[in-house]
Amino acid sequence: MVALIIVAVVLVLLIVSLIGFYNALIRLRNQVDNAWSQIDVQLKRRHDLIPNLIETAKGYMKHERETFETITKARSQAMGAKTVSEASKAEGVLGEALSKFMLVVENYPDLKANQNFLSLQEELTSTENKIAFSRQSYNDQVLFFNNKTQVFPSNIVANMFNFSKRDFFEIEAPAEREVPKVSF
Amino acid sequence: MWQLIRANKRNSIFLMVLMAVVLLVLGYIIGAIFDPASGISVLHFVTGQKPRAIVTTNYAGLWGIAFAAAIWLVLTLISFSSGDQIFLAASKAKPVTHDVHPQLFNIVEEMKIAAGLPMPKVYIINDPAPNAFATGRKPETASVAVTAGLLGRLNRDELQGVIAHEMSHILHRDILFVTLAGIMLGSIVLLSQVFLRGMFYSSMGSSRRYSSGGKGGGQAQLVMLIIAIIVAILAPIMAYLLYYALSRKREYLADAGAARLTRYPEGLAGALEKIANDKSPQLATVNKVTAPMYIANPFKKKGQRKLSDLTSTHPPISERIRILRNMTHGASFKDYSDSYSNITKAKTVIPLTALTKEDIALRQASAEAKKKVRLEKQMHQVGDIMRRVNQFVFLTCLCGLKLKVPPNYKADKVTCPRCKRKLDIRKK
Repeated sequence: MVALIIVAVVLVLLIVSLIGFYNALIRLRNQVDNAWSQIDVQLKRRHDLIPNLIETAKGYMKHERETFETITKARSQAMGAKTVSEASKAEGVLGEALSKFMLVVENYPDLKANQNFLSLQEELTSTENKIAFSRQSYNDQVLFFNNKTQVFPSNIVANMFNFSKRDFFEIEAPAEREVPKVSF
Repeated sequence: MWQLIRANKRNSIFLMVLMAVVLLVLGYIIGAIFDPASGISVLHFVTGQKPRAIVTTNYAGLWGIAFAAAIWLVLTLISFSSGDQIFLAASKAKPVTHDVHPQLFNIVEEMKIAAGLPMPKVYIINDPAPNAFATGRKPETASVAVTAGLLGRLNRDELQGVIAHEMSHILHRDILFVTLAGIMLGSIVLLSQVFLRGMFYSSMGSSRRYSSGGKGGGQAQLVMLIIAIIVAILAPIMAYLLYYALSRKREYLADAGAARLTRYPEGLAGALEKIANDKSPQLATVNKVTAPMYIANPFKKKGQRKLSDLTSTHPPISERIRILRNMTHGASFKDYSDSYSNITKAKTVIPLTALTKEDIALRQASAEAKKKVRLEKQMHQVGDIMRRVNQFVFLTCLCGLKLKVPPNYKADKVTCPRCKRKLDIRKK
């Protein structure tokens, strides 16, 4: 009789803690998803701005076809990205292409005086900043979630219900990683 | 971040309790002097009636406490029911949308994302003095306001620094603190003023009353009275100094928060430098209690240096700039704290529990901020924005002259001053 009660109590405690860990994991996963949707909104905005930007700039920048092509290609690749790691790679390339474009713009004073271009430029700058800031909070959430799926004892529950690790959103722009070469 | 918010809440509660104790003690002592049981109350001083005798009973102090609590309650009700709106209306702030000033709006959105807060309302104040403030006791009802003078002088990075500072105030719940502490301070000042004035007028009316007390109680009465007067004079001074000291500390914290959010301390440092070097007259709509809400002390310097440091709502601006510029390793609270200790030779200003190890790298200046924009041009643009906000009608004459018609111009047509054509004013 006593043994039966002990078994029952242990069983109840196990189930309760199982539910607790499961709910905690779900909550964290939702937070990761929510943080990702924040980035996603900004990435979509970036993709939407690019055609307008190119359309406005084209009239002034006759000799920069290559730059435009790089951006367009990077954009369609970024838009086709399925997973977070794919997206972070493609967005990194796109970001790099855009910052190169912004440097080239400096050579075209007429374009810089165009009111329409100026407001597009401001929107793009702001969108880039928003991506950077929301990336930070997304990566924080992912770190939190991944830790939870790996540490004992919540990793048992995570394995039981197939909570898989999430990818960080790293900007994989090759230029950002490289140490700038200085030649004399 | 949450450690800092928690520490701030704890400090706020500590301050509130301390001020509440001062308020209640003040109330008790005053109550003990003006004994309603013997027919003397504050009302008698207002009406000028002469008291019959002074006999301190146990209830007397309680009446004083009740009176103090009543003052506090009334002030709390007033400021909680409509405090933000009164403040915004008093500063003549105009709400703006993305269309009016896209850059300002975008920057607020960026900082909202960085801080993880809901989007605050954005206001512009038509004033040439560069300054900014935040209101709203809860992040959900917060507002951020900047002056036209600020928009006209700062570049993008600097404006971002200022907005980040204001966002940090919202994030750290500083506005709730300022409101609550302001109410408490107001109650203490009001109560001691009522008492001292009451004493002054009543003693002119009757010099007899202090000698007419009970035979043995006269001595004790006098001692009590002297204590009461000293407390009534000192309590508001102490409360003010405490309020200022904490307000200054919150400014440092908001600077640290701004550096952390933007990852670019130079932005805020540059903005503060421009604000410090500004020559325009001080902000038109400001008073001493609302001063802590602004990014920089809205009162221009006056009085002696040491004294004004002690009674200032803000730390010296040059010191704030030096601390920010000294942050060369990173943008975390730890980096700010190290820089602070380095510059002021004091211990840290940030609650120890919030000093966790964080690795936040500094970022580069944005490309846009490096560009040289002529100050006159930028001020001109902001002027046009302010006119749009204030419902000016913009006309372009066929001869190329641009006219800006003020909203109180009543006629339907206006004559172009260059070519003398008549132009129709289309009112929206």
